[in-house]
Amino acid sequence: MTLSGKAAIAGIGATEFSKDSGRSELRLAAECVSAAVRDAGLTPSDVDGLVTFTMDGNAEIAVARELGIPELSFFSRIHYGGGAAAATVQQAAMAVATGMADVVVAYRAFNERSGMRFGQVSSAAAHQVNTSGVDNSFHYPMGLATPAATVALVAQRYLHTYGATSEDFGRVAVVDRKHAATNPDAWFHGKPITLAEHQASRWVAEPLHLLDCCQESDGGVALVVTSAERARDLPNPPALITAAAQGSGPGQYIMTSYYRDDLAALPEMGVVGGQLWRQSGLARSDIDVAVLYDHFTPYVLMQLEELGFCGRGEAKDFVRDGALELDGALPLNPHGGQLGEAYIHGMNGIAEAVRQLRGTAVNQVGGAANVLVTAGTGVPTSGLILTAA
Amino acid sequence: MTTTAPVPTLYEDTAPYWRAAVEGRFALPRCRACRRFHHHPRAWCPYCWCTDLEWAEPSGRGIVLTYTTVHQPPSPAFTAPYVLAVIELAEGPRMMANVVDCAPDTVRVGTPVQVTFEPRGDVAIPQFRPREETPS
Repeated sequence: MTLSGKAAIAGIGATEFSKDSGRSELRLAAECVSAAVRDAGLTPSDVDGLVTFTMDGNAEIAVARELGIPELSFFSRIHYGGGAAAATVQQAAMAVATGMADVVVAYRAFNERSGMRFGQVSSAAAHQVNTSGVDNSFHYPMGLATPAATVALVAQRYLHTYGATSEDFGRVAVVDRKHAATNPDAWFHGKPITLAEHQASRWVAEPLHLLDCCQESDGGVALVVTSAERARDLPNPPALITAAAQGSGPGQYIMTSYYRDDLAALPEMGVVGGQLWRQSGLARSDIDVAVLYDHFTPYVLMQLEELGFCGRGEAKDFVRDGALELDGALPLNPHGGQLGEAYIHGMNGIAEAVRQLRGTAVNQVGGAANVLVTAGTGVPTSGLILTAA
Repeated sequence: MTTTAPVPTLYEDTAPYWRAAVEGRFALPRCRACRRFHHHPRAWCPYCWCTDLEWAEPSGRGIVLTYTTVHQPPSPAFTAPYVLAVIELAEGPRMMANVVDCAPDTVRVGTPVQVTFEPRGDVAIPQFRPREETPS
């Protein structure tokens, strides 16, 4: 039994991406879910499943009430921050494939910039009475609380181990911003950067410059998942879910997995990648576009290695050779990624994968048939391979 | 926005670690079966899964495995720049600490360090400072 090809993404919807949405997170959720359902050629009464992140502030039942979704037979949430993104689609696909629901919408909506920003010390987070509270006690008191600092520690070890440089990180930011520059929906539309500007940007946490760190955004994205069979009868070309996987690695923590053997690696993404290749039966060379989670540039290089697009420590050479350009061997984040388009916890990247497969992306990669998408890195994570029908 | 530096919460499995620090002792759980120290403290030895653990005092010596100099602190309670490091103890376990009592730009991967204690509120935080290498 396999999940491969059983379900598809039939609709995508999003709000505008901004720094201050001026409205509630629930309204953002309702808007993006509504838009996705409309894009799928369906109505709220067709929806019988909802799935989101545990971090999302909008309960499934609140979204259902808001849109007049009458009954839900499936609802689920995935933990671990941005690592949930692709897993929401996996959950939806499993629900559809097993007959638990017919139409499941995965959504994420937040005011991450204008509302509760990540990366500021929350005394509640440090003192929660659960295992995450215990873990935080060994990090927060030392002033390790921003996502940037947690990544910087791994990035420094990566530089030390493989002889990469800050400029190698910067090349990821330059590519993302180049793609965002021609995407009217991107926050950084019309604002490409140079490697020199990356190098000159201020330190946030060494070796991370400001321009190694993704922006913070307000907005919402939703994805409609239904059976491949039903999707074929809907208006838009389906994006078949060819592979969907979650992964957690040895000695896993949330952003602070410093206590396992190899510090310069993301083994949880290796767990995801292994499943994606097995489920899909595809080779690396079959992937036409990679939408890799890019909250911080170093983890893009490390993902290329974990997914097997290049050898361990060789991502710097892969990137220097121009592989990530739209006409390169592995076009990266044609929408501009989270560094360039918006930080919607990885969900906007899945929407971009669907547009690439439909052939409607603003920076379209010609003939894109297979797109690999990953979710948050440094945390238990997830990934997808989507395929044009 | 937090203006006082966060203090650790004492949980059942971790309280002895923080209580020892208040007394200026660096204590970690050690397995009575395989004799290995581990960190963070937990109920099972992570190497042999034995539950017969004791609290003992490792040397407090280690090296910087990796580090970052933080320029944008998470709250006004922290004054930038400061150094966060993953310390690998001589006995094997790793832990998070600030490297203190030195200029941030002198810290490197491999810098030898020694434990020191930073009082904070009612508790104390085990931190590390650079250690002069003693010739062997």
